[in-house]
Amino acid sequence: MKWEVKVETKLKESILDPQGQAVSSGLEALGYKNVSDVHVGKYMELTVEDIDNKKEVQKQVDEMCQRLLANPVIEDYDFQIAEVEK
Amino acid sequence: MRFAVITFPGSNCDQDCKHVSEEVLGVETDMLWYENEVELDQYDCVILPGGFSYGDYLRSGAIARFSPIMNSVIEYSKNGGLVFGICNGFQILLEAGLLPGAMKANNNLKFVCKDIDLKIINDATPFTNKIQKGEKITLPVAHGEGNYYIDQAGLKKLKKNDQILLKYFDDDENPNGSINNIAGICNKKRNVFGLMPHPERAAEVILGSKTNDGYRIFESILNYLEKNKCTKRGEKIDS
Repeated sequence: MKWEVKVETKLKESILDPQGQAVSSGLEALGYKNVSDVHVGKYMELTVEDIDNKKEVQKQVDEMCQRLLANPVIEDYDFQIAEVEK
Repeated sequence: MRFAVITFPGSNCDQDCKHVSEEVLGVETDMLWYENEVELDQYDCVILPGGFSYGDYLRSGAIARFSPIMNSVIEYSKNGGLVFGICNGFQILLEAGLLPGAMKANNNLKFVCKDIDLKIINDATPFTNKIQKGEKITLPVAHGEGNYYIDQAGLKKLKKNDQILLKYFDDDENPNGSINNIAGICNKKRNVFGLMPHPERAAEVILGSKTNDGYRIFESILNYLEKNKCTKRGEKIDS
Protein backbone atom coordinates (compact mmCIF):
# COMPACT_ATOMS: atom_id res chain seq x y z
CA MET A 1 0.00 0.00 0.00
CA LYS A 2 1.00 3.61 -0.59
CA TRP A 3 0.61 6.38 1.96
CA GLU A 4 0.76 10.12 1.64
CA VAL A 5 2.30 11.76 4.69
CA LYS A 6 2.22 15.43 5.64
CA VAL A 7 4.62 16.54 8.36
CA GLU A 8 4.67 19.89 10.15
CA THR A 9 7.36 21.06 12.53
CA LYS A 10 7.54 24.25 14.56
CA LEU A 11 9.44 25.63 17.53
CA LYS A 12 8.02 24.57 20.88
CA GLU A 13 5.59 26.99 22.54
CA SER A 14 8.10 27.82 25.27
CA ILE A 15 10.80 28.85 22.79
CA LEU A 16 11.01 32.33 21.33
CA ASP A 17 10.34 32.21 17.57
CA PRO A 18 12.23 35.12 15.90
CA GLN A 19 10.70 34.41 12.48
CA GLY A 20 7.19 34.36 13.91
CA GLN A 21 7.84 37.70 15.61
CA ALA A 22 9.17 39.25 12.40
CA VAL A 23 6.14 38.07 10.41
CA SER A 24 3.86 39.31 13.18
CA SER A 25 5.30 42.82 13.05
CA GLY A 26 5.11 42.72 9.23
CA LEU A 27 1.41 41.96 9.41
CA GLU A 28 0.94 44.72 11.93
CA ALA A 29 2.72 47.15 9.62
CA LEU A 30 0.22 46.20 6.88
CA GLY A 31 -2.57 47.24 9.17
CA TYR A 32 -3.66 43.88 10.57
CA LYS A 33 -3.71 44.96 14.20
CA ASN A 34 -5.77 42.00 15.39
CA VAL A 35 -3.17 39.32 14.66
CA SER A 36 -0.95 37.72 17.32
CA ASP A 37 0.77 34.43 18.16
CA VAL A 38 2.40 33.99 14.73
CA HIS A 39 4.56 30.88 14.48
CA VAL A 40 6.64 29.96 11.46
CA GLY A 41 7.33 26.27 10.93
CA LYS A 42 8.18 23.81 8.18
CA TYR A 43 5.89 21.64 6.09
CA MET A 44 7.00 18.46 4.37
CA GLU A 45 5.22 15.94 2.14
CA LEU A 46 6.38 12.41 1.64
CA THR A 47 5.16 9.12 0.24
CA VAL A 48 5.68 5.90 2.15
CA GLU A 49 5.35 2.54 0.44
CA ASP A 50 5.49 -1.16 1.25
CA ILE A 51 3.62 -0.97 4.57
CA ASP A 52 0.07 -2.35 4.80
CA ASN A 53 -0.87 -1.17 8.24
CA LYS A 54 -1.45 2.49 9.15
CA LYS A 55 -0.14 1.96 12.68
CA GLU A 56 3.18 0.80 11.22
CA VAL A 57 3.33 3.90 9.02
CA GLN A 58 2.70 6.07 12.09
CA LYS A 59 5.48 4.30 13.92
CA GLN A 60 7.94 4.86 11.10
CA VAL A 61 7.00 8.50 10.55
CA ASP A 62 7.26 9.20 14.27
CA GLU A 63 10.72 7.66 14.29
CA MET A 64 11.78 9.71 11.25
CA CYS A 65 10.56 12.89 12.96
CA GLN A 66 12.50 12.07 16.12
CA ARG A 67 15.69 11.24 14.25
CA LEU A 68 15.82 13.77 11.44
CA LEU A 69 12.74 15.71 10.33
CA ALA A 70 12.41 17.58 13.63
CA ASN A 71 14.91 18.47 16.34
CA PRO A 72 13.06 17.36 19.49
CA VAL A 73 15.26 19.64 21.62
CA ILE A 74 13.54 22.73 20.23
CA GLU A 75 10.74 21.60 17.91
CA ASP A 76 7.32 19.97 18.13
CA TYR A 77 6.03 17.99 15.19
CA ASP A 78 2.72 16.72 13.94
CA PHE A 79 1.79 14.57 10.97
CA GLN A 80 -1.15 13.26 8.99
CA ILE A 81 -1.25 10.02 7.07
CA ALA A 82 -3.67 9.19 4.27
CA GLU A 83 -3.82 6.14 2.05
CA VAL A 84 -3.26 6.98 -1.62
CA GLU A 85 -6.25 5.87 -3.70
CA LYS A 86 -5.36 3.53 -6.51
CA MET B 1 51.15 14.11 16.46
CA ARG B 2 48.55 14.11 13.72
CA PHE B 3 45.27 16.02 13.30
CA ALA B 4 42.39 15.43 10.89
CA VAL B 5 39.97 17.87 9.27
CA ILE B 6 36.70 16.52 7.89
CA THR B 7 35.26 17.89 4.65
CA PHE B 8 31.49 17.65 4.31
CA PRO B 9 29.69 18.68 1.12
CA GLY B 10 29.41 22.43 1.68
CA SER B 11 32.24 22.85 4.20
CA ASN B 12 34.12 26.03 3.34
CA CYS B 13 36.58 26.49 6.21
CA ASP B 14 38.23 23.08 5.92
CA GLN B 15 41.32 24.35 4.09
CA ASP B 16 41.68 27.25 6.55
CA CYS B 17 41.63 24.75 9.43
CA LYS B 18 44.23 22.60 7.70
CA HIS B 19 46.39 25.66 7.05
CA VAL B 20 46.34 26.75 10.70
CA SER B 21 46.83 23.25 12.02
CA GLU B 22 49.62 22.32 9.62
CA GLU B 23 51.40 25.57 8.73
CA VAL B 24 50.87 27.70 11.83
CA LEU B 25 50.68 25.09 14.56
CA GLY B 26 53.06 22.70 12.78
CA VAL B 27 51.07 19.49 13.17
CA GLU B 28 50.70 17.06 10.26
CA THR B 29 47.07 17.19 9.18
CA ASP B 30 45.01 14.87 7.00
CA MET B 31 41.87 15.85 5.12
CA LEU B 32 39.08 13.28 5.51
CA TRP B 33 36.08 12.91 3.21
CA TYR B 34 32.61 12.65 4.78
CA GLU B 35 31.63 9.53 2.83
CA ASN B 36 34.24 7.28 4.39
CA GLU B 37 34.01 5.60 7.77
CA VAL B 38 37.63 5.60 8.92
CA GLU B 39 39.66 4.53 11.91
CA LEU B 40 40.21 7.83 13.73
CA ASP B 41 42.27 6.43 16.60
CA GLN B 42 45.48 7.35 14.76
CA TYR B 43 44.56 11.04 15.18
CA ASP B 44 45.16 13.22 18.22
CA CYS B 45 42.42 15.69 17.32
CA VAL B 46 39.59 15.69 14.78
CA ILE B 47 38.29 19.04 13.52
CA LEU B 48 34.79 19.62 12.09
CA PRO B 49 35.11 22.87 10.14
CA GLY B 50 32.66 25.66 9.39
CA GLY B 51 30.60 26.05 6.26
CA PHE B 52 27.15 25.11 5.04
CA SER B 53 27.08 21.33 4.95
CA TYR B 54 24.24 20.11 2.73
CA GLY B 55 23.30 23.75 2.12
CA ASP B 56 21.96 23.99 5.68
CA TYR B 57 18.85 22.22 4.36
CA LEU B 58 16.26 21.22 6.97
CA ARG B 59 18.41 22.53 9.86
CA SER B 60 22.12 23.41 10.01
CA GLY B 61 24.08 20.20 10.51
CA ALA B 62 20.98 17.98 10.53
CA ILE B 63 21.91 15.96 7.44
CA ALA B 64 25.70 16.02 7.83
CA ARG B 65 25.15 14.40 11.20
CA PHE B 66 24.20 11.20 9.36
CA SER B 67 27.30 11.16 7.13
CA PRO B 68 29.18 7.86 7.31
CA ILE B 69 32.20 9.54 8.90
CA MET B 70 30.07 10.72 11.82
CA ASN B 71 29.83 7.12 13.04
CA SER B 72 33.62 7.20 13.30
CA VAL B 73 33.53 10.57 15.07
CA ILE B 74 30.98 9.34 17.62
CA GLU B 75 33.05 6.24 18.30
CA TYR B 76 36.26 8.31 18.54
CA SER B 77 34.69 10.73 21.02
CA LYS B 78 33.42 7.85 23.16
CA ASN B 79 37.02 6.64 23.38
CA GLY B 80 38.09 10.06 24.64
CA GLY B 81 39.48 11.47 21.38
CA LEU B 82 39.52 15.27 21.05
CA VAL B 83 36.76 16.56 18.76
CA PHE B 84 36.72 20.25 17.85
CA GLY B 85 33.70 21.70 16.02
CA ILE B 86 33.74 25.23 14.63
CA CYS B 87 30.53 27.02 13.60
CA ASN B 88 28.82 24.51 11.27
CA GLY B 89 31.00 21.87 12.96
CA PHE B 90 29.46 22.91 16.30
CA GLN B 91 25.97 22.67 14.76
CA ILE B 92 26.75 19.13 13.54
CA LEU B 93 27.97 18.12 17.01
CA LEU B 94 24.70 19.41 18.52
CA GLU B 95 22.58 17.55 15.96
CA ALA B 96 24.62 14.41 16.60
CA GLY B 97 23.95 14.72 20.32
CA LEU B 98 27.66 14.85 21.17
CA LEU B 99 26.98 18.23 22.76
CA PRO B 100 23.72 19.27 24.48
CA GLY B 101 21.28 21.91 23.19
CA ALA B 102 20.31 23.16 19.73
CA MET B 103 20.75 26.13 17.38
CA LYS B 104 17.98 28.47 16.30
CA ALA B 105 18.01 31.26 13.71
CA ASN B 106 19.70 34.43 15.02
CA ASN B 107 17.26 36.60 16.96
CA ASN B 108 17.52 39.46 14.47
CA LEU B 109 17.18 36.99 11.56
CA LYS B 110 20.35 38.42 10.00
CA PHE B 111 23.53 36.70 8.98
CA VAL B 112 26.14 38.24 11.28
CA CYS B 113 29.72 38.56 10.06
CA LYS B 114 32.03 40.60 12.30
CA ASP B 115 34.63 40.54 15.05
CA ILE B 116 33.18 39.81 18.49
CA ASP B 117 34.63 40.15 21.98
CA LEU B 118 34.43 36.99 24.07
CA LYS B 119 35.22 36.01 27.63
CA ILE B 120 36.90 32.76 28.65
CA ILE B 121 34.82 31.08 31.36
CA ASN B 122 36.76 27.86 31.87
CA ASP B 123 40.48 27.63 31.10
CA ALA B 124 41.07 24.16 32.57
CA THR B 125 40.28 22.25 29.37
CA PRO B 126 42.20 20.80 26.42
CA PHE B 127 40.88 23.66 24.28
CA THR B 128 41.36 26.78 26.39
CA ASN B 129 44.40 26.17 28.61
CA LYS B 130 46.56 28.80 26.89
CA ILE B 131 44.08 31.56 27.69
CA GLN B 132 43.32 32.93 31.16
CA LYS B 133 39.92 32.53 32.75
CA GLY B 134 38.09 35.87 32.53
CA GLU B 135 40.34 37.11 29.72
CA LYS B 136 38.79 39.01 26.83
CA ILE B 137 39.59 37.64 23.39
CA THR B 138 38.39 38.70 19.94
CA LEU B 139 37.29 36.30 17.22
CA PRO B 140 35.21 36.69 14.06
CA VAL B 141 31.73 35.21 13.80
CA ALA B 142 29.89 34.44 10.55
CA HIS B 143 26.57 32.66 10.89
CA GLY B 144 22.83 32.88 10.45
CA GLU B 145 21.89 30.13 12.88
CA GLY B 146 23.99 30.61 15.99
CA ASN B 147 21.30 31.29 18.56
CA TYR B 148 22.20 28.63 21.11
CA TYR B 149 19.30 27.22 23.08
CA ILE B 150 19.13 24.78 25.95
CA ASP B 151 16.33 24.33 28.48
CA GLN B 152 16.71 25.54 32.07
CA ALA B 153 17.56 22.09 33.45
CA GLY B 154 20.22 21.68 30.76
CA LEU B 155 21.66 25.12 31.42
CA LYS B 156 21.93 24.33 35.11
CA LYS B 157 23.88 21.18 34.27
CA LEU B 158 26.22 23.08 31.92
CA LYS B 159 27.00 25.56 34.69
CA LYS B 160 27.37 22.93 37.39
CA ASN B 161 29.83 20.91 35.30
CA ASP B 162 31.67 24.02 34.11
CA GLN B 163 30.96 23.10 30.47
CA ILE B 164 30.60 26.69 29.24
CA LEU B 165 34.06 27.50 27.92
CA LEU B 166 33.44 30.88 26.38
CA LYS B 167 30.71 33.51 26.27
CA TYR B 168 30.04 36.62 24.23
CA PHE B 169 31.62 39.33 26.38
CA ASP B 170 28.31 40.93 27.43
CA ASP B 171 24.70 41.30 26.27
CA ASP B 172 25.74 43.96 23.73
CA GLU B 173 28.32 41.67 22.15
CA ASN B 174 25.88 38.75 21.86
CA PRO B 175 25.29 38.70 18.07
CA ASN B 176 22.51 36.12 17.90
CA GLY B 177 20.46 35.91 21.10
CA SER B 178 22.18 32.84 22.53
CA ILE B 179 20.93 31.93 25.98
CA ASN B 180 23.26 33.12 28.75
CA ASN B 181 25.53 34.68 26.05
CA ILE B 182 26.95 31.20 25.40
CA ALA B 183 29.44 31.04 22.50
CA GLY B 184 31.11 27.67 23.09
CA ILE B 185 30.60 24.58 25.24
CA CYS B 186 32.22 21.22 25.85
CA ASN B 187 30.81 17.87 26.91
CA LYS B 188 31.02 16.60 30.46
CA LYS B 189 34.18 14.60 29.72
CA ARG B 190 35.77 17.75 28.22
CA ASN B 191 36.95 16.03 25.04
CA VAL B 192 34.31 17.44 22.67
CA PHE B 193 34.24 21.21 22.10
CA GLY B 194 32.06 23.35 19.86
CA LEU B 195 31.98 27.11 19.34
CA MET B 196 30.30 29.51 16.91
CA PRO B 197 33.22 31.98 16.40
CA HIS B 198 36.01 31.10 13.95
CA PRO B 199 39.42 30.71 15.66
CA GLU B 200 40.95 29.53 12.37
CA ARG B 201 40.20 32.96 10.86
CA ALA B 202 42.13 34.76 13.61
CA ALA B 203 45.31 32.77 13.86
CA GLU B 204 47.81 35.06 12.11
CA VAL B 205 48.04 38.82 12.44
CA ILE B 206 49.84 39.01 9.08
CA LEU B 207 46.60 37.96 7.36
CA GLY B 208 44.78 40.97 8.74
CA SER B 209 43.16 39.81 11.95
CA LYS B 210 43.53 42.18 14.89
CA THR B 211 44.81 39.46 17.20
CA ASN B 212 45.98 35.88 16.97
CA ASP B 213 43.53 34.86 19.70
CA GLY B 214 42.24 32.05 17.52
CA TYR B 215 45.69 30.54 17.39
CA ARG B 216 45.69 30.28 21.17
CA ILE B 217 42.83 27.77 21.00
CA PHE B 218 44.78 25.59 18.55
CA GLU B 219 47.87 26.10 20.73
CA SER B 220 45.88 24.95 23.79
CA ILE B 221 45.03 21.67 22.06
CA LEU B 222 48.69 21.05 21.19
CA ASN B 223 49.81 22.02 24.71
CA TYR B 224 47.28 19.64 26.25
CA LEU B 225 48.31 16.78 23.98
CA GLU B 226 52.02 17.29 24.61
CA LYS B 227 51.52 17.36 28.37
CA ASN B 228 49.35 14.25 28.28
CA LYS B 229 51.45 12.31 25.79
CA CYS B 230 51.96 9.32 28.05
CA THR B 231 48.39 9.24 29.24
CA LYS B 232 46.16 6.66 27.65
CA ARG B 233 43.42 8.41 25.75
CA GLY B 234 40.23 8.84 27.74
CA GLU B 235 41.74 8.32 31.17
CA LYS B 236 42.77 11.85 31.94
CA ILE B 237 40.82 14.50 30.11
CA ASP B 238 41.11 17.42 32.55
CA SER B 239 44.42 19.17 32.16
